[in-house]
Amino acid sequence: MTPTPETQTQDRGSAISVRNLRVSYGEREILHGISFDVLPGETLVILGGSGSGKSTLLRTLVGLERPTSGEIWLGGKNMATITPKELDDLRKTIGMSFQGSALFGSMTVGENVSLPLKEHSPLDDSTIEIMVRLKLDQVGLAGYENYMPAQLSGGMKKRAAVARAMSMDPQILFFDEPSAGLDPIIAAGIDELILKLKKAFGMTCVVVTHELASAFLIGDRMILLDRGVIVANGTKDEIQVSQQPRVRQFLDRIPEPELKDELSYLQMLIGDDATARK
Amino acid sequence: MAFTEAVGRTAIDQFAYVGQLARLTWRAAVAVVTGPRQGAGLRYRRALHQAMAVGVEAIPIISLITFFVGVILALQSAHELKRFGAMEFVPNAVALSLTRELGPLMTAIIVIGRSGSAFAAEIGTMKVSEEIDALETMALDPVQFLVAPKLVAMLIMMPCLTMWSDFMGIAGGAVFGILGAGFTISSYFRATLDALLKEDIITGLIKAFMFGMVITAVGCQEGLMTGLGSEQVGRSTTTAVVKSIFVVILVDLGFTALFYFTSPN
Ligand SMILES: Nc1ncnc2c1ncn2[C@@H]1O[C@H](COP(=O)(O)OP(=O)(O)OP(=O)(O)O)[C@@H](O)[C@H]1O
Ligand SMILES: [Mg+2]
Repeated sequence: MTPTPETQTQDRGSAISVRNLRVSYGEREILHGISFDVLPGETLVILGGSGSGKSTLLRTLVGLERPTSGEIWLGGKNMATITPKELDDLRKTIGMSFQGSALFGSMTVGENVSLPLKEHSPLDDSTIEIMVRLKLDQVGLAGYENYMPAQLSGGMKKRAAVARAMSMDPQILFFDEPSAGLDPIIAAGIDELILKLKKAFGMTCVVVTHELASAFLIGDRMILLDRGVIVANGTKDEIQVSQQPRVRQFLDRIPEPELKDELSYLQMLIGDDATARK
Repeated sequence: MAFTEAVGRTAIDQFAYVGQLARLTWRAAVAVVTGPRQGAGLRYRRALHQAMAVGVEAIPIISLITFFVGVILALQSAHELKRFGAMEFVPNAVALSLTRELGPLMTAIIVIGRSGSAFAAEIGTMKVSEEIDALETMALDPVQFLVAPKLVAMLIMMPCLTMWSDFMGIAGGAVFGILGAGFTISSYFRATLDALLKEDIITGLIKAFMFGMVITAVGCQEGLMTGLGSEQVGRSTTTAVVKSIFVVILVDLGFTALFYFTSPN
């Protein structure tokens, strides 16, 4: 597997370029015009509080949500103007592991992992079987081919989802909180896996995570998302020493400032109106 | 104004819904015909699996219900025919109402309860747990992957089940005919065959085919339209059943009228 070839249409040969991306659910805008680049072969970590729009961003990058405006360049194609056929071809070169695993409940773990191969590759069944075993082995699920997803623990589901995302040997992998809810040893194993993929195959990874330790271990660069805007974007070292208040608050785990007293809390509930009248 | 506006809006919504159903069916049919060679074996297996679930596994309950419906039809028609001393027409009444109307309809209603609801629940659950999204990110079209095999299974199985229903219903009628109306087995079946025209059976099967299409479309469409949250799956399932029954009745009305006005006699 080679890194994504450089393309002319994207800045600096980025694997992914996002420009002024705005995404809404109905009336409500979730991402307010964000821009960033992911270079081929690097791991970008997306940090951010709950509800800041990380999953939405990832879903938009793989074409599940339509941007209201802005551009996403991926594999030389703009997601905003891509044809269905091109999108299909593009999607065969990416893998996505969802926050909630999204394993097919009616298929065994082995069938889940082999599905993209069976549908898209000309490989015969015995080769596919070997590849599935390999992928499951990589995520520490060797021997679970014939289990149904419902028979797996939450952490095992996550890992099976990662194995499925990798099954087509994609050039770009998207992970939505791959290690959330896993015990530290397994979580470290997932980090290890991502590092290994990057080293061995030069895979580009975009990882959404809450785990700071993991973020600094696997990430080459990071962006911090706060309520739909990027408040920091830099290399791991830049972020580490950043003096930006939101960044410090996130990294140093400082809770949101508490409201001083009951009165101001009530005022907050009622809104500015009441405060103004007083 | 408010009232006419509401009526107008509802009418537009209904047309839009019918449009969605037609579009889904069309996309599924296209997927069946133009599916890539790759994975064709898998799709064939999925269709076969659906055909088992929709058709074969429904046979016991369909047999039982349509058998009883046949007995009921015989009893009801005998009640009237007795007054005219025309009991020998019981096989005609049973055979005609079954093949033309009740066979397809009862089959459709049972299939809605068993499979239309299951389609909505299955696809709805997949929607809620992001499995549909996962399919899309793997460059697999949910319509081709999920809807097409169901459509194939339904279009084949509905006419088959309907023929079976017709047969079981006639057998039910025969039980009454033999026990209560003085027929022998052979005379009852001969009378039935004499009464039935090819058109009777064919019109029933055409209806069954259309019902199969409607049941698949509504079940899958409701599944795909499932909102967020697992309680929405229950809502989709209920809606799929109610809407399917309604649309099936409408289609039935349409075809019955069509056959009435186009039949030569
Ligand atoms: N399908 C949807 N329809 C409407 N609103 C949505 C939908 N999905 C997410 N949202 C809203 O978008 C916002 C961002 O959600 P998102 O899932 O992207 O957050 P997140 O950063 O991934 O959070 P977490 O870390 O908890 O997973 C939330 O306020 C949420 O309410
Ligand atoms: Mg999320």
